[in-house]
This record gives sequence, C-alpha cells and structure tokens, in this order.
Amino acid sequence: MKEKNDYTPLQMTILVVLRFLIGWHLLYEGFSKLLIPNWTSFGFLQESKWILAGLAKWILAHDNVLSVVDFLNTWGLIAIGLGLIVGLFTRIAAISGAALLFVYYLNNPPLIGLEYTVPSEGSYLVVSKTLIESCALVLLAIFPTGTVFGLDMFVRKWNNKWNNKKYMEG
Amino acid sequence: MEKTNSQVEKPENKKAETTKLPLKRRTLLKALAGIPVLGLFAYQLLEKRAYDFEKKNKILKDLELDKIPLPSITPLAGGKGDLLRIGIIGYGNRAVTHSNGLGYMHPEDAEERKLNGTIEDWLLQEDLNVAITGICDVFDLHAERGLETVRKAVRAGGAKSELPVKRYLSYQEMLDDKDIDAVMIATPDHNHAPIAVAAAKAGKHVYCEKAPAHTEEQVFEVYNTVKNSNIVYQLGHQVPQSVVFQQARDIVKKDILGKITLIETTTNRNTADGAWIRNLDANGNPKPGDEKSIDWDQWLGPAPKVPFSLDRFYNWTKFFDYDIGLIGQLFTHEFDAVNQLLHIGIPKSVVSSGGIYFWKDNREMADMLNCVFEYPDKDLSLLYSASLSSSRSRGRVFMGHDASMELGNSIDITADRDSTRYQKQIQAGLIDTSGPMISFNPTSGKVDAVTSATEKYYAARGLISTNIAGRSVDITYLHIREWIDCIRSGKTPSANIEMAFQEGITCMMAHKAYVEKRRVEWDPVNRKIV
Repeated sequence: MKEKNDYTPLQMTILVVLRFLIGWHLLYEGFSKLLIPNWTSFGFLQESKWILAGLAKWILAHDNVLSVVDFLNTWGLIAIGLGLIVGLFTRIAAISGAALLFVYYLNNPPLIGLEYTVPSEGSYLVVSKTLIESCALVLLAIFPTGTVFGLDMFVRKWNNKWNNKKYMEG
Repeated sequence: MEKTNSQVEKPENKKAETTKLPLKRRTLLKALAGIPVLGLFAYQLLEKRAYDFEKKNKILKDLELDKIPLPSITPLAGGKGDLLRIGIIGYGNRAVTHSNGLGYMHPEDAEERKLNGTIEDWLLQEDLNVAITGICDVFDLHAERGLETVRKAVRAGGAKSELPVKRYLSYQEMLDDKDIDAVMIATPDHNHAPIAVAAAKAGKHVYCEKAPAHTEEQVFEVYNTVKNSNIVYQLGHQVPQSVVFQQARDIVKKDILGKITLIETTTNRNTADGAWIRNLDANGNPKPGDEKSIDWDQWLGPAPKVPFSLDRFYNWTKFFDYDIGLIGQLFTHEFDAVNQLLHIGIPKSVVSSGGIYFWKDNREMADMLNCVFEYPDKDLSLLYSASLSSSRSRGRVFMGHDASMELGNSIDITADRDSTRYQKQIQAGLIDTSGPMISFNPTSGKVDAVTSATEKYYAARGLISTNIAGRSVDITYLHIREWIDCIRSGKTPSANIEMAFQEGITCMMAHKAYVEKRRVEWDPVNRKIV
C-alpha cells in the first residue's frame, strides 16, 4: 500500500481520531483485565457459542492453555492499544486488533437462536459493536496514518536508511 | 535545531525557509501526536483507579471491614502429638471422604483424581499423625474396600502407613479393643446414637456423622453419656469449616446486616440419587448385597425387625425407621450453619408441612417439606424449605433490616434499599442496592467491595470461584483436623455435644410436627418436647 498519502486534511483528521479512539478503548480493555484481581477469560469462554465453542471448551479444559490465553489477551490488547495510539507498527496493530476482535465476535455472535446468559449491553442482530470495531480496524489498516501522525515515521526513515545503505553496498 | 534557528533569522532566506523548515518541525510534532493522547489516557487511568479505590475502601472502612483478618488454617494447638489410632464404623460413601480427610486414598480413587487434576491439592494436605487401624462394616464388600483403602493407600502429606489394619465384625468388638483410640461413625442414622453412646462409655473419642440421634430419648442419651465422659465428640458438619464462615462470623459480629428477623434455608434437588434412590449403580443394574454378605440383624440394630431388603439397605433414608428424611439428612447441615453463626439454640415452637408429591414409591419421608422454627425471645424466624423435584437454586439467606447476606461457597451482602444505617451512602450513590455491596470469595482470598459491573456479575453467580487461584482444601478434612486437634489439646470442637444436643432436639421437634401434623413446642423447664 502507498507510503505517501494524499488524504485531504479532513480525511486525515478523522482517520487519526478513529485510530486514537479505538486505541484508547483496546488499551483500557487490556489494562482493566490487568487490574481486576484474578481476571480470567473463563466466563467469556464458557459462554462461547457457534463455531468456536469447541475450541473454547478445549481451552477451558486445560488450565495452562487458559492462563496463556489470558496472558496473551491482556498484553495483546495493551500492545495493540499502545501501537494504535502512538502510531507504532500501526498496520500490524490494526490487523491484529481486527483479528482479535473478530475472534471475540465469533465466540458470541448475536445470531438468531444463540442465547447467552450474560446480558448484552445493547440490542444486536447479527451485527454487534465488536464486529463494527473489527471492521473499522481493517479500514485503518487499509488507510494508514502512522507514518504521518505516528512513530511509524521514524520506522520508515530508519527502513529507508537501511534500504539505501543496502542498495549502496549492493 | 540551532542551525535552523540561525537560518530563520536571516532576512533574505526568510520566505523560503519559513515554508520549508517549520514543516520539518511540524512533521516531527505530527509523528508524536499520539504521545499526548497516551498521556491523557495514563492520567485518566490513574484517576479511575484512585476513584475505584476510594469508593471501595470507603464502604469497607465505613463498615469496619477493612481490617478484617484473612481466613487461614489455624495452627494445630495440640501439635502433632502421639499417633492416634482410628477405627471407622460403617464404610460407605461418607467413610471414603473420612479416609481422604485422614490422609488415606484408595489407588483407584487417586487415579481418578489424577485424571481430573484434583490430586495435587489433596497430596499437599497436612499429615495429622493418625493411622486407620480398624474397619467395621456389616457388609463384607464395604469392609473389604475399607481394608484395601488402608493397605494400598496413597497417602497425603508424605505420611506412611505402618500399623496393620484389622476388620471388626461388630462395633462392640472394635470398642472393646484397647488399640483403638477414636472412632468415626458413618452408618445409617438409626445406628448413630447407640454406637456413639457405647463409644463414649468405652472412652473412645467420637466423630459422628449427622444426625446425632434418631429419637428424642436418644438425643438425651447421647448428650448425657458424652457429658459424663472425657471424650471429644464432634458432629459431622463440615460446612462451617469453609473459610467464608470465618468472614461471616465477623460480618455478624460487626452487625453489618442490622437486626436479623428471618433466615431462609433451602434444599433443592431433582434427581433420583438426590431423592435417596440409591439401589442401582451408574449403569442401572442393582447394586450387590445379600443375606450372606450383609449382617442384617446388626444393620437393623435398634430398629424394628423386618425381613432382609436391599431397598432398605441402600435406600434407608426413605424410611422413618432409619432416618427422619430431609430433616435428618439436610436440614441438620442448615441448622448447624445457622447455629454456628448466631447461636440460636432450640426454638420455642416448630410447624412442619409437606408431603410425598413427586417420588411416589414406597417412601415415608416427604419429598416436599416446609418447616418454620420460631424464636420469639430472639425476634427471629428460621425457615427451611425443601424440594426434591426442582433444582432451582435458592441460597441460604440471612435477612436483616439493613442488609441481607447470602452465605454459600461465597458471601454476598446486599444493602437493603430501605435500610436505616446505609440510607446516606445509598442516597450518595456510594452503595448500590441492585447488586451485592460486599462480596467475599474464598478463591480471591480477600474481602471486596464490589464496584464494577463485571465484578458484580461474577460475584452474583460465583463464577470466579470455579477457577481456583489458591489451593483448594477439603472442608471435611478441616473438620476432622479440628476434632483430632481437640483430642490432643483438650479444647472443645465447634460441632460439640451442646451443639449436637440443640440440633438433635430441633430436628426431633420438626419431625414430630410433620408426623403428628401439629405445632410442637419445647418446654425448657422440664427439658422436653410438648
């Protein structure tokens, strides 16, 4: 995808704002898991329905796998949130975030006939906020802003330097 | 940077440079645009933490619960002492738990627990310096299982079995043996009292499963005999050994609930096994046993003579000759839980009603039962409501004017919306009455004022408790441990003979009220049920 963009200022602004907002949300989701004593994805996985229910069951049956999942979940969310906010490895963060959120969605999609004991905080039919947020992250990966409003600018510079050096040497 | 500034100052370059150079700075600033956002996030996160902490601690502080001691296993007052030689009388299901509590496990059971991942916690169970040296059961198969458990035992706490184990054909024979120091009684209920009385007379310490006795006369007989002996008597109510009971005691002592006027205790089960139909194995085949392998006369003991019956042998709870049904089997636990906390003692009056509404076999015991116990001098009513045909979960709830407490594996205290004491905090939004305001969960190891919606949800459903962070300790082990420690230290156990007496009389009153279909009273002067 293109390195240099030709977004209008308004387009750029809204893309960066969207990046900040989602980054903020995921970062806090990560931190809140870290701060709740003995937090575990046990309850969430127990509720898993549809195509990932089998996997969730398998995770629950293995304590060590569950603790790995918990660890990756918490720190994954924190890393993704940080990446999105400061604009570092923005595209990787956006894509991993989209994937993670999509997995959340697949674990409890609001499909007709699937009933959950945990009440949802809104009214959903097929589409949930999680799915929308996942989709928005795909959008952020396609329309990158990190190299302008983000530390990815330095990553790019360093990359260019490295490539030039290699080119010169080669 | 310095160079840039000096260049900017040159008037001839001014126009060109001002468009080009500040752009570089702007590029840098743009690249760092996320940093202030991150700063704001960090600031908000700290604010949020401080707010939650303050809110949580304010509730706990207001209630003086911030200094509540964490539950712990109390150290053995009597130390390890001399090896205690224990005989088990009645080796059925319950005795398996007793053996495990004493640190003995049958290798087959150990294998099973290895598979479901619960063996580790058990293996860490502290050794009580005891040896099972006697097994007594009227059924050969059960006695053999007991002997095998001891001989091939997997031991907890690094203990080693060194003393031989012997089978006794009758409990009298075991009680006559000077090589037995203490006995654990886990026979059907109608035999509890005669064995306990004989054991006390023989100077053996007694751990007796509930119920303490089967008739009013027996309650007095057990009480008087134990009182006139030097033995340590512990009734088998392991429930108050749960660590949450230590917290519950503090909560009651600190009067968090306000004036308690109603306590609701319940039983809900909905299976044949739960209704004490137990003559078939897991595959639906009849369980073993015949007149040859079962000493029927000894099994009947003081009960009326009837022909041998496997139905009676396995499903004895159904018949009033051997048990008093739900009251003897399950209300006993409820009563003890309440009595350990509030020391309510014997009620002034009891009414019971119910019937056989679902399990229409040859049973005498009710499968639907409601009993009301009145304590007018304590301004208190105790309710027991049981169903054997619905598994709807109803807890054990202490209802006070200011808050109610649900006490089970965890404690949830919910403020009452019309509470006098918490009125201000409720109005200030510090206490939310729609969910628990304090939750104690043994697995998280501390008292928590519940603040977030997620925590509330988990607390209410006890979901956290299914994932145990610390080591899980068997409460029956703790109850046995207390008994053994009291034998060595001379202290009085929690489910002592006074508690057993109060429970025995209360149960007899409830049973009499059910059978005679009338309100019965306790005459404290003449000490009898009228």
